[in-house]
Amino acid sequence: MNPLGIKDLLGLKNLSAKQINLIIQEAFAYKNQFSAPARIKKSLLDKTLLTLFYEPSTRTMTSFNVAAGRLGGRAHNVSVSASSVQKGETLIDTVRNLEVMGFSAVVIRHSHGGAPQLAAENTTLPVINAGDGFNEHPTQALLDIMTMQQFKGDLKNKKIVIVGDIAHSRVARSNIWGLNTLGAQVTVCGPATLIPRGIEDFGVMVEHDLGRALADADFVNVLRMQHERQADKNFIPSKREYHRLFGINEKRLAKAKPGLLILHPGPINRSVEISTPVADGKQNVILEQVINGIAVRMAILNLLIGEKP
Amino acid sequence: MSTLLLKNGTVVDPAQGLHKKLDLLIADGKITGLKEKISAPDAETHDLQDKIVTPGLIDMHVHLREPGQEEKETIKTGSKAAAAGGFTSIACMANTDPPADDVSLIKHIQEVARRHGIVNVLPIGACTIGLRGEFITQIGEMQRFGAVAFSDDGQPIGNAQVLRKVLEYTGMFNSVVISHCEDKALTNGGSMNESALSTKLGLPGIPSASEATMVARDIEIAKNFGRIHLAHISTKESLDLIRQAKKLGAPITCETAPHYLLLTEEAVGDYNTNAKMSPPLRQEADRLALIEALRDGTIDIIATDHAPHTLDDKRVEFNLAACGVSGLETALPLLYTHFVQTGQITLERLIELMSVNPARIFALDKGTLKPGAAADLTVIDPRLTKKVDKTKFYSKGKNTPFDGWELSGWAAMTIVGGQIKYTAEKGVWLKA
Ligand SMILES: [Zn+2]
Ligand SMILES: [Zn+2]
Repeated sequence: MNPLGIKDLLGLKNLSAKQINLIIQEAFAYKNQFSAPARIKKSLLDKTLLTLFYEPSTRTMTSFNVAAGRLGGRAHNVSVSASSVQKGETLIDTVRNLEVMGFSAVVIRHSHGGAPQLAAENTTLPVINAGDGFNEHPTQALLDIMTMQQFKGDLKNKKIVIVGDIAHSRVARSNIWGLNTLGAQVTVCGPATLIPRGIEDFGVMVEHDLGRALADADFVNVLRMQHERQADKNFIPSKREYHRLFGINEKRLAKAKPGLLILHPGPINRSVEISTPVADGKQNVILEQVINGIAVRMAILNLLIGEKP
Repeated sequence: MSTLLLKNGTVVDPAQGLHKKLDLLIADGKITGLKEKISAPDAETHDLQDKIVTPGLIDMHVHLREPGQEEKETIKTGSKAAAAGGFTSIACMANTDPPADDVSLIKHIQEVARRHGIVNVLPIGACTIGLRGEFITQIGEMQRFGAVAFSDDGQPIGNAQVLRKVLEYTGMFNSVVISHCEDKALTNGGSMNESALSTKLGLPGIPSASEATMVARDIEIAKNFGRIHLAHISTKESLDLIRQAKKLGAPITCETAPHYLLLTEEAVGDYNTNAKMSPPLRQEADRLALIEALRDGTIDIIATDHAPHTLDDKRVEFNLAACGVSGLETALPLLYTHFVQTGQITLERLIELMSVNPARIFALDKGTLKPGAAADLTVIDPRLTKKVDKTKFYSKGKNTPFDGWELSGWAAMTIVGGQIKYTAEKGVWLKA
């Protein structure tokens, strides 16, 4: 078994602090080598990564591709735009086919919670979850955690607010699992229609007043408002009201702790969850998250399938 | 026709208040003798020492999938499963493909059942055409050709005005409407019980209010317009409403299924699709409330909601998996082991729930071993202990969350119309 002791990376729900820290340490090590790419050990030579996306996400797919490339591996991308699903091929059949084609690992993005796990149970290939339904998005959470640690070190007792559509967010779920494991204090904030049942049971605070939530926060992780989904389904009355109640703008920042840092998984809806001055301001670490995303994915690929010295 | 003599069995017949060792004589498909010592030298004789003889079990909620989805189940395989599970009569829901919404379908089911049915197969007619909840079906005609009840099961009748008409109309024929209580707007595409666990698994949840609000609506409609039997009740809130309504004399009855009595949402575990049902498995408080309702009479019937599916229907992403459990072959030993053996309910109560009450509520001429009654009997072997093995199911549906459970009180013999259809030793007997 690899240094992580797991075949697949399905989520942060079941990862220990030790495993999370191992990935992030490795990611920092890679990041330090970014200025001199030639120094990076090509541990994925002869390895081909498959990204199997049942839901579009250029960002995540690109990040995995770049990560594989920097380690000397190759990536092959398959977007299953319902075509294969329409033909009636099951997820299990699909991964079994991929297994015999000789891929080294498969990265899955899927619209249904638990799909990567179903795939993982039916293939010997390592499966990396790139987001499933509203269950988990572990690499996103790991890059969020890495970014937080980069700016403020140990996260024990640090206060993190996750604001937005918690109910349909895999990013929120993975963040909660990881941050809880590392001893941080998480508050979720959003309209009551978008806070899922029983979330308090995971040891997070629920707050519907963003001002109160931000009062002593060290970080705010701002989720993307997928208004093309939510507005139709009547979760919020309007983008305008949403921005007034839950948007991050300069006025809000002025009242928050001075060192508050803003994370966002991207892409941003300007003037909805975040105002343009804030999106372009100094307190956000959004581009750093993108860089860290590559480092985290390199770390995971190396730990799961890299050639060991 | 041959005569059958069953000796030394412990006869449990709540309809007659009987619980004692008796001999039982069967001739021409009817029970002709029931007393302490019967001698009939010409009869085929079976010694049922250490076994329990009860009126044949009746399951009023079964999905047989024929016509249209024969890969999941047929009337033949489903009725074999019923015989193996100790059921002598099963009522099959109308949500076949096409649905049983017309007299021709009822006749077709009767005809296939006559040729291939191992047990009594009683068709249930649809309430509305195409189960679409819009236009009422020819309820009178369907009843004339053998429909024993009416239901759009699988779908709620969302429009209360349509339900009112269905009830007023079935009322003319003294028939019962079986209601699938679900507010689809509250279900909202959910696939398991809405709770901290659904949040943890990232699966869309179904609140218990999805069931309870429809139960409340149905109670008010029943009070005004006619008798309703509420299918597969799964929540404490529903039971509280039903208990209260019954006290006030509302014409309602209800059922639950073994899986709601034995499992909670925890069975979903890591996306185990065999634990995906409609309504979903709920929480421990609901389960305990259901057991209490078995005891205090709030629940009238236990039905299996036998819902066989192919492996392919279940081996997919949880949200996409079919709902239901293949229930006929495990219901009796599950309930015997976990409720009778543990003393939570008496054997008499179990037989009431599984035979006497179904016969009474649906006006079937069954549910008793009185001389003169049809010779439908279930023989239970309380000493037979074995593990559930889904690979040995007669049902095509191997979808069960109970595989590997060690259970006692299996059916030892199933007799339908005076003919032995199943014995534990020989399995299901096909018609000669
Ligand atoms: Zn139903
Ligand atoms: Zn049903």
